Amino acid sequence: MKRFLLFLPLLVAIVVGAFLFAGIGKDPTKLDSALVGKPVPVFGLKSLKQPEATLDESLFQGEVTLLNVWGTWCPACRDEHADLMWLAQEKKVPIIGLNYKDSRDEALVWLDRLGDPYRTVIYDPKGTLGFDLGVYGAPETFVIDASGVVRYRHVGVVNVEVWEQILLPVIEEARENG
Amino acid sequence: MLRIMWFLLAILTSSVTSADVSAVYGFDTRSEEQRYQNLIAELRCPKCQNQNIADSNSPISKDMRNAVYQMMQEGASNDEIVESLVGRFGEFVKYKPDLDSRTFVLWATPAIAVLGGLLVVVGVVVRSRRSGTAAPALSADEQARIKKMLAEKDRNGKA
Repeated sequence: MKRFLLFLPLLVAIVVGAFLFAGIGKDPTKLDSALVGKPVPVFGLKSLKQPEATLDESLFQGEVTLLNVWGTWCPACRDEHADLMWLAQEKKVPIIGLNYKDSRDEALVWLDRLGDPYRTVIYDPKGTLGFDLGVYGAPETFVIDASGVVRYRHVGVVNVEVWEQILLPVIEEARENG
Repeated sequence: MLRIMWFLLAILTSSVTSADVSAVYGFDTRSEEQRYQNLIAELRCPKCQNQNIADSNSPISKDMRNAVYQMMQEGASNDEIVESLVGRFGEFVKYKPDLDSRTFVLWATPAIAVLGGLLVVVGVVVRSRRSGTAAPALSADEQARIKKMLAEKDRNGKA
């Protein structure tokens, strides 16, 4: 009994250590989306590129798409833009943009100057759809399956590494199951 | 002159932003306002993670405060408001998470720590009592010897 008590602090240290070690490397700023497994929220917003057209959630029916939340005010969106171009052009990934809390003129200039990786861009100047999607900081990228259900949400920039290690596997799974 | 202009501009814009932060909402009653304050105090900002949405000036917190206010105006209950935000941003936004299998350890830790501490205290007390009673009483011989030694010491001290 006495012997055992001597080892008690060591045991406690090991248990606490293992618990804390499991937390190392986890990024607490990346939250799982509450929408995973749920359909894209109902919305009715104008298209950025065709101001007279109204878009709704049926936009996401039919094939697996990426929904990329961006704004010209967002420096990290500038960083990932080239990678989105690469995804759209080389990988033929259908990307739908959500222009979040931005102005139409600036957004159009941005697409004109940097290239346009988006099949369609939803114009959300007040961030209403962004709010319903639980967007808390651009850029965010959602994987949405062919029936319009959110499969994954990535917070932060998309680059080759994120694409290969995170998004592509989710997309492939969504394609198989859809 | 330019410097003064900049200074004035800075003052002007700063007052604008602070007015924006303390965006005032109108409430019909004091208790409604209190309800709003309580709600935004226990909702957590997803962007600036260790602040509640009452304290945070991030745009998302502003949107969330706005949503709370709107829902209150539409007559939603506290639970409905919190659930609606959790449905968008996840369990994370609650400072008081529900008790379930994932949060069990979180909720139970204080109780476990108190219980563990009590066990240690009880153990220490019990052991000290036991060692106290277990100390063998001095035999008559030993008592006599102690008296003799003390007496000798007294004598030496006086001498």
